[in-house]
Amino acid sequence: MSINSKEQLLLKGLADSEATAIETIYRENYGIIQSFILKNNGYYEDARDIFQEAMIVLYEKAASDSFVLTCQIKTYLYSVCRRLWLKKLQQLQRYNQPFEITEETVPVDEELETHEKKNEDITLMEQAMDKIGEPCKSLLEAYYFQKKSMPEIANSFGYTNADNAKTQKYKCLVRLKKIFFAQYKNGE
Amino acid sequence: MDDILLLDAIERYKNGEMTAQEKTFLDELRKNNPDIDQLAVEHLFFLQQLKHTADLKTLKHSLKEVESKLVEEGVIAKKSLHGKAKVIYLWNLTRKTMAVAATIAVIVSIFTAGMFTAYNSKKSEKVITPLVYNKFKQVDAKLKTIETKLKLAAVPVPLPVKPKLEANFRATGFLIDVGGYIVTNAHVVNSAKNLIVENKKGEQFFAQAVYISNTTDLAILKISDTSFRTFTLLPYSIRRSSAELGEQIFTLGYPREEVVYGEGYLSAKSGYSGDTAAYQISISVNPGNSGGPVINKNGEVIGVISSKETNADGVVFAIKSKNIYKALEEINRDEQIKLPLKGTIKGLDRVQQIKKIEDCVFMVKGN
Repeated sequence: MSINSKEQLLLKGLADSEATAIETIYRENYGIIQSFILKNNGYYEDARDIFQEAMIVLYEKAASDSFVLTCQIKTYLYSVCRRLWLKKLQQLQRYNQPFEITEETVPVDEELETHEKKNEDITLMEQAMDKIGEPCKSLLEAYYFQKKSMPEIANSFGYTNADNAKTQKYKCLVRLKKIFFAQYKNGE
Repeated sequence: MDDILLLDAIERYKNGEMTAQEKTFLDELRKNNPDIDQLAVEHLFFLQQLKHTADLKTLKHSLKEVESKLVEEGVIAKKSLHGKAKVIYLWNLTRKTMAVAATIAVIVSIFTAGMFTAYNSKKSEKVITPLVYNKFKQVDAKLKTIETKLKLAAVPVPLPVKPKLEANFRATGFLIDVGGYIVTNAHVVNSAKNLIVENKKGEQFFAQAVYISNTTDLAILKISDTSFRTFTLLPYSIRRSSAELGEQIFTLGYPREEVVYGEGYLSAKSGYSGDTAAYQISISVNPGNSGGPVINKNGEVIGVISSKETNADGVVFAIKSKNIYKALEEINRDEQIKLPLKGTIKGLDRVQQIKKIEDCVFMVKGN
């Protein structure tokens, strides 16, 4: 199997949140990122956080429809981590020494911007979720997050039948939507 | 209720659960009904957002699981700071920001007050509203530029020498080999990730711990920086046998950013609660002196300062120098360390002795 198709497979696995693919990517790339962070005024905890975020960026890229692999996973992760860490350091004002670049990098600014926007949207959604209260929250989570079926949900939430549960779910969804868009449009 | 039907339809449409007929019907409905189309667009977008949130939750869960598995296997290093270390770490993180914030607050508030008085005194003469407004704007703009200037000026901390890292501790160490091997305390470097040593000129070199023993509390660092120029000779020797009670001793160390001299005498041949690996010495030391050499008048290193009793003044403990020899027996053979055999400062007066020694005593810093 060529290196390229192996990477493609890994990315496909990552797009599906498969543990094996994630583990392989971690094993092959974590060391390099950790030593980079440690060398540049970071702590072990920082390395873990930054790598995790970079994995999310990579995931977003892999899961998007327009995804094309233009460089190796390693190069991509390194570039993303480098940008993320630089930004974090600037925020913390911990240090402002230019980084030495030991690895090849690719431009990732655009993706990071998208990633940040996505992060904000997701935060809004989570906040809205917290605001709708129970049982709405659990109900929606069961259906949309845990992908449970309506009969299952009806059973565990004590609705007389799946149709009842469904109606309830939509009522909750409408509320969630209202809260979400109220904040979303405020933020625009 | 109609709305719910519609939402359901849109969801089934999105999930591909619709028959071709239903699909055509919905498409048709959207085309002829801007309101419905609007709702559909909005709802599809909303469902997309909800899906993102759900997917990310799943992903984060998987990431966490893989991470903890790899932490357990040791592939990912886990090192958490606890208690005091954490506080110091946090303090170091925020210290600079807080200082900047404080400066701005003080200067800006004084400035604001001054401007206000000026404006008030003028107001009694002229009552022209637009001007007042402009004045405020000017003040505002001025304050803004001052604030940015202050921020720019305050962030890079001016240092005489380019720092290699921001340290959160400082201690002392001294050369035991001309090639750049330094002895210090294990407790100094134990939790450090990055280490640098700095000589009295302020030159900094990266170092690595090549030996750490928590039983003796000794550590040996190796200067890994290429810019380090090796010494030809060390002025002191390392004593293999025990020192005598009452011997005059002195030390050099870095309780401050500057090298500090201190002198005293050997007060007991054992350390804290009878620890035979250490001496008790009577000397004035402070935090930062840890790892400093204890040298007798003949220029022999007889010990390494390690700790002091907190509730008694001048009761200090030093690790006996013969433990350095023991450390060399345990250390990796790859490290070619040759201890200085004979000192060159015997018989010199103290000022001359210090002049020769201080080049070999380093500040050990790190984070």
